[in-house]
Amino acid sequence: MPDSTLVGLHHEEEHHPELLHHFADAQQQRDSASLGMWIFLSTEVMFFGGLFCAYLIYRRWYFGDFGAASKSISAALGATNTAVLICSSLTVVLAVWAAQTARRRLLIGSLVITMLLGLTFLGIKGIEYKEKFEEHHVPGASFSFDHVPIPGHPDQYANPRHAEIFFSLYFIMTGLHALHMIIGLGIFAWLLIMAWKGRFTPAYHTPIEIGGLYWHFVDIVWIYLFPLLYLIDRHP
Amino acid sequence: MYFGIWAALLLGTFVTYKAAFLELGRFNAAVALIIATVKALLVALFFMHIKGAHEKLLKLVVLSTVFFLFILLILSMADYGTRTWS
Amino acid sequence: MSMATTTLQPVERENYLNKEYGALSWLFTTDHKRIALLYLMSITLFFFIGGFFALLIRLELLTPAGDLVQADTYNKLFTMHGMVMVFFFLIPSIPAVLGNFLVPMMIGAKDLAFPRVNLLSWYLYIIGGLMMLHCMLTGGVDTGWTFYTPFSTAFTNTKIVEAGLAIFVAGFSSILTGLNFVVTIHRMRAPGMTWSRLPLFIWAHYATSIIQILGTPVIAITIVLVAVERTLHLGIFDPKLGGDPLLFQHLFWFYSHPAVYIMILPSMGVVTEIIACFARKRIFGYSFVAFSSIAIAVFGFLVWAHHMFVAGISIYAALVFSLLSYAVAVPSAIKVFNWTATLYKGSIHYDAPMLYAFGFIGLFTVGGLTGLFLAALGIDVHVTDTYFVIAHFHYIMVGGALMGYLGGLHFWWPKISGRLYPESWARLAALIVFLGFNLTFFPQFILGYLGMPRRYFQYPQEFQVLNVLSTAGATVLGVGYLLPMMYFLWSMRYGKPAPDNPWNAAGLEWKTTSPPTTFNFEEEPIVTWEAYNYDELDAPRKEGVPIAR
Repeated sequence: MPDSTLVGLHHEEEHHPELLHHFADAQQQRDSASLGMWIFLSTEVMFFGGLFCAYLIYRRWYFGDFGAASKSISAALGATNTAVLICSSLTVVLAVWAAQTARRRLLIGSLVITMLLGLTFLGIKGIEYKEKFEEHHVPGASFSFDHVPIPGHPDQYANPRHAEIFFSLYFIMTGLHALHMIIGLGIFAWLLIMAWKGRFTPAYHTPIEIGGLYWHFVDIVWIYLFPLLYLIDRHP
Repeated sequence: MYFGIWAALLLGTFVTYKAAFLELGRFNAAVALIIATVKALLVALFFMHIKGAHEKLLKLVVLSTVFFLFILLILSMADYGTRTWS
Repeated sequence: MSMATTTLQPVERENYLNKEYGALSWLFTTDHKRIALLYLMSITLFFFIGGFFALLIRLELLTPAGDLVQADTYNKLFTMHGMVMVFFFLIPSIPAVLGNFLVPMMIGAKDLAFPRVNLLSWYLYIIGGLMMLHCMLTGGVDTGWTFYTPFSTAFTNTKIVEAGLAIFVAGFSSILTGLNFVVTIHRMRAPGMTWSRLPLFIWAHYATSIIQILGTPVIAITIVLVAVERTLHLGIFDPKLGGDPLLFQHLFWFYSHPAVYIMILPSMGVVTEIIACFARKRIFGYSFVAFSSIAIAVFGFLVWAHHMFVAGISIYAALVFSLLSYAVAVPSAIKVFNWTATLYKGSIHYDAPMLYAFGFIGLFTVGGLTGLFLAALGIDVHVTDTYFVIAHFHYIMVGGALMGYLGGLHFWWPKISGRLYPESWARLAALIVFLGFNLTFFPQFILGYLGMPRRYFQYPQEFQVLNVLSTAGATVLGVGYLLPMMYFLWSMRYGKPAPDNPWNAAGLEWKTTSPPTTFNFEEEPIVTWEAYNYDELDAPRKEGVPIAR
């Protein structure tokens, strides 16, 4: 019967339990997983890209109003969150290195700290959102943004309708980013469970690598969101 | 080595934050975006291991994506930037 | 059960169809061939749903008065026709059915790179499809398939959010299929299958997948923005609140223009395979055809605002996009030239797949050339939003993409089902489709040129004759589409068992059994020959000299 002569496995290398049958060898499977995740990240870039396009167009049109709106969100919290994510990216690469070098405790510790940093990020986000809610800057029926001066033009007030557009984009962009963060936490929780069970070895730790790629991407999106949203026109 | 990149990223964040409070006119945005791009490159090249990748394919994927994102942004601006009415 | 066939198949061998039976073995399969058939069934269902709406539209347009349905209902009819046909038929069609089935086999692989993601793609398509069906059955949408703002966000009372989410979900199906194909084509080619030996069908699907990956997310985010704006009454696209309706159009068309290349590129790939086989010749200018596929994908992203020439974009932007739209026609023209050159001095056989391919070349050329009419600003001002545009895109999507799909279904049917379809009926159906198609859509060019606007359910008396011709043609066309459905089904039980390579065609897929086994190849193929080696396949057998097979 054909089964035993099926494809490529010349059996010089061991048939790793994680090797899926339609791949010729583990290297092909690893390379496919990696390419697959990179292409998925491309789609995510374009997904956020539409929002960046909308944002840049309106920022150019309503620069003053956007500046006024941006000044009302906390740049300090935004910068802190940026630092938090940068630290989490560090712990992610440490986790990958730990998996590559069979350092189980470092691997689990790094995964845990990554998740804690992610939760910290979401917590700070939550504080920001609460502030906006209390100030009636959440777009919708209860939105108000009256008598807020445009930075650099103290005699002019920002147009509330235009400021509402800023906040719409602010919430949608950071909200979508936070959603991706939550999904990332879910992925890392799963990685943590697998790592705890000892499923990762130097020969097989692809899920950590591609999970890491996803996390770094979420970090990169924030690296752009922070200056664009928080730092429009801050000089006194 | 990772720690070096990490430190550079934190430094970049600090500089971006501080620079935002300086009076640079239209260069405020440019400075912030340039630093952001450098940070993104550091993450992509070193944390996401594009630098050490053995085939050019990954770089091609990233460059094509960035290319088409720029097409979206720039060709839209071709419209918005040349409208002669308010 | 005849013994008079040219090949002996006395006992049915195990293949992907009979390996396991039962609904669960199909619903939980990861075999790319079974998934392709799941798609075939669901896509056919949506094709007939979309066709049903088309029928109602053409019935209404038999008479100048709006007397069959009310205006609001008519708006829903053309909207649902467009949404169903674009998102649930044309975009998936060839990649999800023929691509899924053939890509692994053509490159010598056992399956796609991510078989479970492939199954997920189908489930996402089904979920999106069910959401769209529910939306249609509970009132539908009346904005046109293009759901422009601010009508769709602030004024219409129909179920935009639900329809949008249905398209969002189906969009992810498309993205994942594209992702799967790109990784598969890069990573899973058999030894010796270099890029320049790939069938051009693969190049076409590679280019299509790039568009699916990069373009679809943009309409996804656009749908999210529309849904949020509609629900929370924001002003991102509403001019009264400071928003710009044109921003929606930019974001929408950034995907939806490349989307039309998603629809046509795979069809071009099919036509290339068919022409090589039925002219018994290598494709003329292989590299040109391969790179033109990539060029179409790239250029396709640069032209979207030609849908917005009269919407209010700046004249300078319009000039740029008009110029780029002329450029995008060049790679398509290169393909037509290469097909023609392939046919020259070929040994041409007029089997049904070839009839569809011929139909494709003629009708796509008309559609493509009329696209150039529309790309010219001066002409576009007059014929935009008229039946001229409708005729243009139906020539490409129906005369082009759908003909290619049907031709491909016929060409690979023996491989997919292990049965031969009845050739005479197939040729008749191809002819009926061609005649019906032209009768339906050619009058619409004239109607548009004379000034009949699109999306109108009543029209001046002087347009009636052309409209009646168009509806008559639609009836004929409908018959032409029903026929293959009937004889394909018939052939599954009563058709002659097919040999492994009934057309003596080149390509690795023909070296598998008909139908193939679950893992396609008994041994991993090692490729040492160039694509389309018809000169070797047709050469008289010399004693002892192996044919490159």
